[in-house]
Amino acid sequence: MLLSVSDLTVAYAGVEAVSGVSFSVGEGELVSIIGANGAGKTSILNAVMGLIPSSGGRIEFDGTNVTRLPSHLRARRRMRIVPERARVFAHLTVRENLLVGAYGLRKAIDLQKKLEWLYGFFPVLEERSAQLARTLSGGEQQQLSIARALISDPKLLLVDEISMGLMPKLVETVFEALRDLNREHGITILLVEQNALASLRISNRGYVLEAGRIALEGNADALVRDAGVREAYLGI
Amino acid sequence: MSTYFVTISTFIAIQAIVAYGLNIIVGYAGQISLGHAAFFGIGAYTAGLLSTKAGLSFWAALPIVLLICGALGVILGLPSLRVREDFLAITTIGINFIVEAVFLYVPFFGGAMGLGGIPKIVFFGVRLKGESLLALCLVCLAFVILICWWFTKSWAGLGCRAIASDETAASSMGISPVRFKLLAFVLGTVIAGLGGALYAHRMGFITPADFGFPVSTMMLSIIVLGGMGTLWGPLLGAIILGALPEVFRPLADYRMLLYGALLLLMVRFQPGGLLGDASVLMNLLKRMKGGDRHAG
Repeated sequence: MLLSVSDLTVAYAGVEAVSGVSFSVGEGELVSIIGANGAGKTSILNAVMGLIPSSGGRIEFDGTNVTRLPSHLRARRRMRIVPERARVFAHLTVRENLLVGAYGLRKAIDLQKKLEWLYGFFPVLEERSAQLARTLSGGEQQQLSIARALISDPKLLLVDEISMGLMPKLVETVFEALRDLNREHGITILLVEQNALASLRISNRGYVLEAGRIALEGNADALVRDAGVREAYLGI
Repeated sequence: MSTYFVTISTFIAIQAIVAYGLNIIVGYAGQISLGHAAFFGIGAYTAGLLSTKAGLSFWAALPIVLLICGALGVILGLPSLRVREDFLAITTIGINFIVEAVFLYVPFFGGAMGLGGIPKIVFFGVRLKGESLLALCLVCLAFVILICWWFTKSWAGLGCRAIASDETAASSMGISPVRFKLLAFVLGTVIAGLGGALYAHRMGFITPADFGFPVSTMMLSIIVLGGMGTLWGPLLGAIILGALPEVFRPLADYRMLLYGALLLLMVRFQPGGLLGDASVLMNLLKRMKGGDRHAG
């Protein structure tokens, strides 16, 4: 397994947001964690990336225990996150945002080639490469955020609530882009989403999170068919 | 050139150098510092002591001055940079008061009487004063601006600006926040030290009050006015705030009031500073450029 998380607990001021969650992501997989608002999805992702401390459990990535590693060292091992609300560097240009994503990897990757590939994938970023990131629309910022993570050639891409605040039409585009990245470019993706149906449709496997615990897990198709999931999360 | 003009220009050049150091810390790396005058003072006192007590020339002492400023920048910066925002502001104010108190109460530094008898800088047998000293200050200023320009174009500068923009996001891209904040802090303190050395030799006599908290506020005002994180902002700010007291000499008693009002107005109406993007001045410049293109 590329990522295996066991018994992960995250607490804020003594209150547990995530209680003993275990899951794994294999190489080449696209896995979703779905759940309602406040179920602890974002906490799980931030703990995996090392942006918040975990109060218990073990996170193993690419054969190493990274539980106590600061986030910038996890990033160096090619784990990247597309955070909630994109979080682009507002006062940097689009191109500079992408360069930050490639920080410390100048020798490992062909920067020019990578940029061209990304511009092919997200043409709007090339058009706006000299513009400050804060002048981009919400959807463009999401694209920049994905591109900034992809430039590093990540082994694992963590994607946090990418559909949040996007127009329905854009949501479709972004999910299609994620599916392409996984199926055609072999990038392993862990997706955390409130939009359960859209994310399960492109996933191999899924986990259903309820109040900080895993309530259900299984193949994505099976979850979509599951009566309980349909009622609670898919609204069908 | 009149002596008066040369004197004012020399002070403006020295203040601009120190402000450029602060701009790296506050403008590029986004770490508020309200104690920058401490490092200006450390540079001045180190240069003063090395020339009066050790008998070193300005040139022989300069590398030592810069080294000491850098080392103290690491020692004082490392604990400070672990806290953020308001706490960082308070910590840096504390550094300023402690450093000033050390100069004031430790007899080795001359105490309240200050440190006097600092010789003029000698360059190939010529004692620099007046225009020749101004020339040296301007060369140093040009060199500092060049370093800042290089810094904005470098990978290290990009890392710092990313941290200023969003520290958490930057750390999730493999950028170590502690390392880059410290790098910016030390670069800023070393530049302040250079300004301090020039100041000590220009004055010949320095006192702890020359490097007190009001001086730190003045430095911050310079970069807020000119434009934080811009290449030419500190220079413009230093010229305006250096020339203003001369132009408004009759209003000398109200100088601090004027600075306060100026800062408030800037923060309210032009938070990016005069040279910040989308400021009134930049829009005007852009329109003029656009007009030229139209005509051409």
